[in-house]
Amino acid sequence: MIQSQQLPLEPAKESAKETTARKAGKKPKGPAVSVENLDLFYDNVQALKGINLEIDQRQVTAFIGPSGCGKSTLLRCFNRMNDLIDSCTMTGRIMMSGTNILGREIDVAELRRQVGMVFQKPNPFPKSIYENVAYGLRIQGMNKRRVLDETVEWALKASALWDEVKDRLNESALGLSGGQQQRLVIARAIAVQPKVILLDEPCSALDPISTLKVEELINGLKEQYTIIIVTHNMQQAARVSDKTAFMYLGELIEFGDTDQIFTNPREKSTEDYITGRYG
Amino acid sequence: MMDKLHLGQHISRQFNEELEEVRSKVLKMGGIVEEQLELAIRALVAGDRKLAKKVVKNDYRVNLLEVEIDEECTRIVARRQPAASDLRLVMAVIKTITDLERIGDEVKRVAKMVVYKMEGALREEVRQELEHMGHLVRDMLRLVLDAFARLDVDTAVRVVKNDDRVDAKYIAITRHLITYMAEDPKSIPMILNILWAARAMERMGDRCGNIAEYIFYLVYGRDIRHISLDDAVAEITTELAEGVSEQGTGSA
Repeated sequence: MIQSQQLPLEPAKESAKETTARKAGKKPKGPAVSVENLDLFYDNVQALKGINLEIDQRQVTAFIGPSGCGKSTLLRCFNRMNDLIDSCTMTGRIMMSGTNILGREIDVAELRRQVGMVFQKPNPFPKSIYENVAYGLRIQGMNKRRVLDETVEWALKASALWDEVKDRLNESALGLSGGQQQRLVIARAIAVQPKVILLDEPCSALDPISTLKVEELINGLKEQYTIIIVTHNMQQAARVSDKTAFMYLGELIEFGDTDQIFTNPREKSTEDYITGRYG
Repeated sequence: MMDKLHLGQHISRQFNEELEEVRSKVLKMGGIVEEQLELAIRALVAGDRKLAKKVVKNDYRVNLLEVEIDEECTRIVARRQPAASDLRLVMAVIKTITDLERIGDEVKRVAKMVVYKMEGALREEVRQELEHMGHLVRDMLRLVLDAFARLDVDTAVRVVKNDDRVDAKYIAITRHLITYMAEDPKSIPMILNILWAARAMERMGDRCGNIAEYIFYLVYGRDIRHISLDDAVAEITTELAEGVSEQGTGSA
């Protein structure tokens, strides 16, 4: 059996120095994640072709592209969700803090603590609101009531849900609306202090107002987290992201500032996609 | 026409039609302004008050089209959320029609001067100079509308450059008129009118230059207002030669 190894990644909670730098408006140096020559196959079908990409820290990066272009597959590489698919093989590297997270020695559970994920359909546990958010800490062995209380409150406040649920923390999370459930799931993801948050079409099951709330939340979260979002809604990508990557048929066609991609894309296929033309 | 923007290739056929409609209305508006200008020049050089009155009266057609196109653009932005070249087209149209409407206003100003203020015949050399300047401006307008129709950046660049000739002409006319005013102070009120007409034409040239800049923006996505034209053109040419897709594959 392969010995699990603790990831040499520092915890996401920022140091005092980092806080000062952030408040002074300085951006942390270096990419949060860099993808190097990544190829991915499902059996013989190549789903990702030679992807090279650097994802900036504390920015929102959006992946857009038609269905089947590989954007969700690429997103799932960042916390090794593709490990669950037997036929999936990968070559290349994905570097986080100097470590290749595709390495065999990586403790995937620890990786997933550092790289949280939120899915298309909100998936709260059939537990209370409080326990949903505290879950991650509990499985890490945290039992101190005070720490749990503080973390739950902090995470719910950060997810802009606190005011709506503070009086019913012990009620079932399944009683919340879809939009509230999605924000609860985001609270659960950030409660364990990840470095990166992956959002796989987080708003596609939500109404427009809930969508705006989640987008507002994303905008607030990027102060502290690196966020990668896959979305079919191009206006959403235009609204929330700093950088946009356009993918097509498993290839990264164009990657650049969102402003540039949506006003003056360099590649014709990007242009055709975002303007709704058949290329 | 306008193939560079692939306007007809949207999955939504209705969107194709909406953009095409806006584009052709801009050209229609431009055509009316051009016609107005032509008539105003003729009225000015011939002192034809009747013709000038007609020009003044017809300005409403330009204004109506401006409002109509503006509304259509607002509707497109609200309903289609255009991006990339579609967005640039809508933005360029909104700006272009503002300048076209202002050119229309300047034309009206020239015509009004003919209607109300012109007393006595123009001196032949002034008449010739005004006519020449009018034709320079008319050619600029014609050229810039042509460039808009064909998204022809080379022609647009030529329009911006032609503005220098209009400016030079304006300075020359001013100099002559000052001499005449000094020679015959009684003629000052009338000469001032001529001066203002010349000034109006000079402004039309500037506005044609603005439209040319929007065409540049529409085609290349680059704002060249307030920077040297030669620099902008050189930069774009180099980029095109290099193939521009250096960012296409993410990190190098």
